[in-house]
This record gives sequence, structure tokens and C-alpha cells, in this order.
Amino acid sequence: MQIADQTTSAVSLVQAALKKAHHFQETHHIFTFINDESALEKARAIDAKIAQGEPVGRLAGVPYALKDNFLSPEGETTASAHILTGFQSPITATAVQKLEAEGAIMIGRTNLDAFAHGSSTENSYYGPTQNSKDLERVAGGSSGGSAVAVALGIVPFATGTDTGGSIRQPASFNGVYGIKPTYGTISRYGVVAMASSTDCVGFFAREAADLDLLMEICAGQDSKDLTTLPDYYQTSSFKPGSHKIGIVKDFDNDAIDPEIRQALKTKVEELQSNGHEIVEFDMPTLKYALAAYYIIVPAEVSSNLSRHDGIRYGFRSQQSDSLGDLYYHTRDEGFMPENKRRIMIGSFVLSSGSYDAYYLKAAKARTLIINEYAAAFEKCDFILAPVSPNPAFKLGAKVNDPVSMYLEDVLSVPLNLAGLPGLTIPVGQTAAGLDLGLQLVGPRRSDRALIKFAETLKEKA
Amino acid sequence: MSETYLPTIGIECHVQLCTKTKLFSEVDNDARGKSPNSCMSPVDYALPGMLPRLNQEAVELSVRAGLALNAEINLDCRFDRKHYFYPDLPKGYQITQMYHPIIGAGHVELPDGTKIRIEHAHLEEDAGKLSHEATYSLVDLNRAGTPLVEIVSQPDIHSAAHARDYAKELWRLMTHAGVTLGDLYNGNMRFDVNISIAKPDSDQLGTRTEVKNLNSFRSVERAVEYEIKRQAKLLDKGEQVVQETRGWNDATGETTGQRSKEGAADYRYMPEPDLPPLHLTEAMIEAQRTKMGRPLSETRAFLRQFVSENIVEVLLDYPKLTAKLHSLKDYWLESGASDQKSDQQAATHDAWLKKIANLFSSVLLAEENTSLLNDELPSDAQLSDLMAMVDQAELSSTGMKEVFLKFFDPEMHFKETRMIAKELGVIQENDLSTLEAIVDAVLAKPETKQAQADYRAGQTKVLGFLVGQVMKESHGKANPSSAQTILKSKLG
Repeated sequence: MQIADQTTSAVSLVQAALKKAHHFQETHHIFTFINDESALEKARAIDAKIAQGEPVGRLAGVPYALKDNFLSPEGETTASAHILTGFQSPITATAVQKLEAEGAIMIGRTNLDAFAHGSSTENSYYGPTQNSKDLERVAGGSSGGSAVAVALGIVPFATGTDTGGSIRQPASFNGVYGIKPTYGTISRYGVVAMASSTDCVGFFAREAADLDLLMEICAGQDSKDLTTLPDYYQTSSFKPGSHKIGIVKDFDNDAIDPEIRQALKTKVEELQSNGHEIVEFDMPTLKYALAAYYIIVPAEVSSNLSRHDGIRYGFRSQQSDSLGDLYYHTRDEGFMPENKRRIMIGSFVLSSGSYDAYYLKAAKARTLIINEYAAAFEKCDFILAPVSPNPAFKLGAKVNDPVSMYLEDVLSVPLNLAGLPGLTIPVGQTAAGLDLGLQLVGPRRSDRALIKFAETLKEKA
Repeated sequence: MSETYLPTIGIECHVQLCTKTKLFSEVDNDARGKSPNSCMSPVDYALPGMLPRLNQEAVELSVRAGLALNAEINLDCRFDRKHYFYPDLPKGYQITQMYHPIIGAGHVELPDGTKIRIEHAHLEEDAGKLSHEATYSLVDLNRAGTPLVEIVSQPDIHSAAHARDYAKELWRLMTHAGVTLGDLYNGNMRFDVNISIAKPDSDQLGTRTEVKNLNSFRSVERAVEYEIKRQAKLLDKGEQVVQETRGWNDATGETTGQRSKEGAADYRYMPEPDLPPLHLTEAMIEAQRTKMGRPLSETRAFLRQFVSENIVEVLLDYPKLTAKLHSLKDYWLESGASDQKSDQQAATHDAWLKKIANLFSSVLLAEENTSLLNDELPSDAQLSDLMAMVDQAELSSTGMKEVFLKFFDPEMHFKETRMIAKELGVIQENDLSTLEAIVDAVLAKPETKQAQADYRAGQTKVLGFLVGQVMKESHGKANPSSAQTILKSKLG
């Protein structure tokens, strides 16, 4: 990704990226904002630095796409939600600051399900993003725009957030790598919150090695986010050689698309032939993960979205003549139906009388899931699993069936509840030409090992 | 009427901590005199993506508050979110401690020895302020995020007077521990009072009402008195007390219903996922115990050794003054030679402390001088020298007061007491031969002849006139009692 050898220039890279962005925007609706002016200005500044022999960062002149839930003063930060219309951030997210400090240039903000609520990017106020392989199919979500921007070669990498699969699933639907780091690895400061206890900042790239560099740059403790872990990524390592790969038997059932199960089998055989050991086991508590997730996450969502009240920033409904009206109409007009659904579920499970029955029970289930993963990683180094039960589905197929949309997350959310790292690796395509991905899951802080291991798989393949 | 009922009262008190910055952001916590919304950061006005960062100083001051309340400090505590919509609450939730507060059970002992148990106390953030205009309302978030400790008492209070005493004692405990500035006018401490009444032989408490946001000891007392009467009147008529929140109107001296239990909000408490659990260490708690200085009970006992009960209670309202008295005692202990005269010295020092305490209560706290309280107090050396000069009869009590007040003149801060007394011309003439010469001069004056004759004729009260003449002749410097002695012997 480096351009310091002057075989190319930042300006030409950024120009090419902007050109592609505009081109694919017409067909795929990837961006909520394209950074034409400021991106070229930054590219010129970097070229000037290189020309004068000044030192430049490790991402100097590299164009990237920013999921539109990261705060920065470039463009409005909308989270693809109407209620943030007109919101110009005065501050920059820590992750963005770190990328820009290394010379990366944001060429556009990418579309997402409003406030990252969704698995298809169809819940965006600005309309859905189309799948990179099939315009009639979803991009996945919530980070659909970022996944497609990388898959279509507009940018070499893009940022994402993963609260319940929002990086891994769209990565899988578009044939790119996507990392959801260990919870607390990258600062959440300046990222529009979905669910504080599961939100993770991560990346999409076409090469696993690029993810390693991005993690190296962005990981680290941040005094502005007290949930960040002490620095570990930069000093962590990976031992090549034979590894024990866990396969969860519970995932091998009819609920999973046959082509995905076949892809998993093929990968397992490939791993065995490369000298890795396969360990099979059950993880019986994982079946409670989706239910627990859809209690804990909406609870946090309902809380985190409380600040959007039309008083201080963003959209305010004009049809209000009392405080109650102002709240009612602003939130009614400003939120998408899925936002409202989660606010209602969340408010319900936190209400007095329901808290013990729902929230506390879900919290206990979460502890069991954490323990079950800990036990699993006594038996293996990594777990290999499907990311989603099916490849990219048709646009509109699930929008009116929220439960089937939530089932889309059944394989991805257990990690988020446990705070574990997960990496989507592309494993080929279906007969119909849709991308397939699998996820590698590791114990906490094994992020670098996951990426390095994925690199070895590619070499061998 | 109301005598036939036993009131049961519990008090929740919000104490604003005097930290340098806010509870969850690095913004100035002291907004006095600042324009609206000038003391706030993106964290305080709840920009998306903002996360709380915990102010360690607020944790430390909470620990001090807990120690002052004789309370258990919980080594592990957590934060929770309390949700409600209001424009003074930018996040739509308040970060508080619902389930695992920092301060556990404790107690407060009132001056008359009554013990009020503390249920717990927790750390939380304050909300902003609204001002309502005719057709719109304005929001000021300067106060949003100010750290508060909320102290929750057990329902151990049974009279309006005790409610007031408890409120006042909390104020003293918190100000002496350096936890708050204690400025009631600016809302540094606010009280919510829960009141119910029941027949003394009843084993059940009556239905309670809560009077919120009282900001003076007097209003706590008056609101409780009013509520007891109001509830008694209802019960006497065979009616029921409605469980509700009531507001206090200081002008009319009445409470009025605001919100009934049915309309009570469901705050949808949940653990705050943005703040990890807080772990404290015994070492940190001990460090705060040392830093917070003497407990209020110790100061009270100390003052009781040398001044009367009512002056003790007056002085306790001024932590700065009691700290000064402690400091003087320490100063004398350090500077005084530890020789055989120590008993005598201790007696002298107690007499001095009494004199200085009286100077504080009668001169400094006199209405015309209270503004001086904002200034720096005289140094230990200045006050010691003042006492020594009084003991040597170099200063009259009037002279002592004059010098004492002059200490507060900014130009006098570093001057020795004697220099100040000299400049003021208040040092008394004690030299007997000099005094004799002055007395002689007065007696030689024709205008004193009549008085001399009168005295000799048995009208001893004219002595006062003659002493006055001596004072006049000496330009006020003569020691009046010495002058009187000399006059008596010369006329006798």
C-alpha cells in the first residue's frame, strides 16, 4: 500500500479512487458523501512532501472509505439516519485520527443501515447499497457500503463497525476480508454508538496483510475510551506451523445453506491436507446467543439513542409546539422503523418488571457463552465457522420479516457477546456466482494470529 | 392535633463536589460568573460517539464524603444509567450508581447526640439548568456533568428540628472534609425530604410524600413542619395522604402537589457499559483520610475545651476558622519549648484560643465584617504575637480588635503585629514613671481640680472622668487600669 517509491502518486491514486467512486455510486449507492475537494488537496500535500524528501506515514496517499458512523469534520456524519441530517462533527474519531496521521485519505463516507441497525444496508435513510456481484441482491450490513467499496476496487481498505456481524457478514457477501477485533482493541471514541458493550471498530481489505497494518496503526489504549484494552496488538505474535482448528458441530444443520456447508467442508479438508488438526465439539449454549443479543443490544441501543432529541444537533421536526411534541415528532420522523423497533424492545426489556426477566437473564446467558468459548479454546487454537446462514439474499426479501433478518446474525453475534475477534476470509463463490466467506474466531487478543493464519491459508491454497 | 402523630422523615441530599473538572470530562467544574454553555465539552452536551472518562478527583472526594459519614467505602463499585427525557439531560440518561454505590452504610451524629443512619451514598452527575421565558425555554449545560454525591439517610428523623439539624450537620461534615464549597445559594447542596406520619403505637408507617429541591436548612425545617401539619389535617378528617412528589414555595411557606406515584417515571436503569467497574484500594482510602484533615467530631470536641457550646456551633459553620484554630494549636506545640512549664503553657494557649475564638465570633462574624471571611486569615505568628501583646497589657481589648481587623488589610499580610499596632498607635503606656508623670500633669490642670475635690469628698465615680483625662493626655496609650491605680494612690 506504500507509494513512497514514487512509482505512482497520491494524486493519481486519489483521482482514480474518486473516479471509480462516482462511477459505481450510480449503480451501487455506496456513499453518503464523496470527498472530492478535500481528498485531492490532501493528496497534493502528500506528493509535495514526498517530492521534498520529507517523511510520510505508512498509509501516505492511500485512499480509503469511511463508514458514515465515524465522526470527522469532513462531510456530515449521518450514520445514514435522517435524525443526524445536517450534523457536522467538530471532533475526529480516534481511529480516523490515527489513519489520517499515517497519511490515509478519506475519499468518501459509506452507506450503512441507519445507526448500524440491520444486516443488509436496506435500513439506510438513503436507500440500500447493492451487492458487488449482483445488483438485485443486498450488500449485507450494516457496513454494506464499506464492503462493496473494497470489493469493487474503489479503495484498498475501508473502516467498519461490528456490533453483531456488521463487518464479517458484508465481507462474506462481497468476497473480501473483514476483521472484527477483540472488544476494546480500537477506540470507540468518535464512533456513533450502537451497543456500547459489543461495538467494535474494524476494517475491510482485499488482502489479509493489509488488515495487519491497519490494526497495527489503529489498535491501542485511548484515554478517551475507558473500555479500551492496554496495548497488546503491536507486541503480539503468531507461531506458524500446525494448528488445532475447532469445528462447532451444532452449526452443521439444515438451517445453513448447503453451499456454505460444502465450502466449510472443503476448507476443512484443505486444512487437514496442510497438516492442521481438526477438532470437533458442541457448543450447546451458543443457541441462546441470538436471543441474548437481541435483548442486550436493543437495551443499549434504546439508551444510546436517547441523546437524539432534536435539542442540540441534527434534525428537529418543525411540527411541534410543546416539548413533548418536539421529542415525539423529531424522533418519529428522524428514526427508521428498525431504529424504533429496537428502541421499543430495549425500553421494554429495561422497564421495571421486565429487567430481571429479560436483561439480567440475557446477561447471565452472556456469561455462559463467554465461559463456553473459553473452554473451546482449551481444545483448539481457532474456530472455523460460517459467517451467515446464507449468501447474499435478494433486496427486499427480508425487510418485512424482522425475525428472519435477525436470524441472519445467528452465527455472528456469539463473538460480539464474548468480545472475541473474528475474521471473515473469502472462500470462493456459489454456483450462481455469489461470494462466500467463512469466519475464523480466536481467543481474546489473538487478532494478529488470526490475520497471519489467514495469510498462510491463502499461500497454501 | 399533630402531636398525636409520630412523623418519620428520611432525607436525600445532593452534594456538588468541588473538583477542578467535571465528573466525565476535562471541563472547568466551577461555572460561577461564566456565561451560559461556556463550561461544556462534547462529552457534556452528548455529541454522538462521546464516552465518559472518570475524574479521579471526584472519586477521591467521594471517598472523603464516605469517611466523613463514618461509612463503609465499597472497594468495588459500578455505574448505571438512569433514563428520562428532559432538555437539561443531554444524553437522555444520567450516569449514577443504582446497584453498587461507592459508599455503604454509615451514620451521622447530631450535636445533641442523636444518631441518624446513612443507608448509602452514591456518585453521579448533575443535570443542566433550564430557564423558562414567555414563549420559549433556554438550556444552560454549564452544570451538566458536575459531580454529585447523593447521601441517602434511613428514616431515622422524627421532627422538623432534627431534619434541620441533620441537614446542617451534613453541610458541616461535607465542608469540613473539603468535599464541597457548600454554597447553598448556588445549589451546592440540595435536599429532598420524605415525610410520613403515623400514630405512635402503629407498627406501620404512613403514606409518604417527598418534597424536592430544598436548598436551605430553614426551608427543610419549614417544609417538614408544613407537611406534618398538612398530613395530620388530612388524617384527622379521615382522608388519605397521596403518595406524591411535592414542591416547596419559600414565599408562601407551602408545599404543592407535583407528580403522583402513578405518574412516576420508569427510569429503565441499566449498567453503564462505557465505564468499567471501579476498584479502590485501602491505600487510596487511607490517603484520603489523611488529606481530609480532622473529623468534624474531633473539631467539635476541640472547640468545646475552651469556648461555650453556642460559640462552638457558630464556629463550626466556618471550617476556615476552625482550621485556623487547629493550626494555631499545632503552631504553638511546634514552636513552644517542651520544658517543665508545659502545663502552664497549655493553659495560656487555651486562654489564647478562647480569645481568638471570641475575636472570630464577635468581631469577624459581626455583620459589618463578614466580607473579610473571603480574605486570607491572619498568620499564626501574627495572631500569636497579638495574644502575647494583650497578655503583656500592651494592647487594650479595643486595641486588640483594631489590630485584628487591620490584619485583613492586604498591605498588612506580611507585617509583624507590633509594627501594625505601632502604626495604629494603640500600644498602651505601661511604664509606671511615664504614667505617673502624665497623671501628675492631669492633676495639675485647673479643669480637674473640682473632680479631685469631689473624689476626696467621697464621690468615687468621678474617678472615671479623671481616668478619661489621663487617656486623653496620653493620646489613648495609657493602660487605663494602671492609670486608675496611680490616680487612686495620688488622691487617697
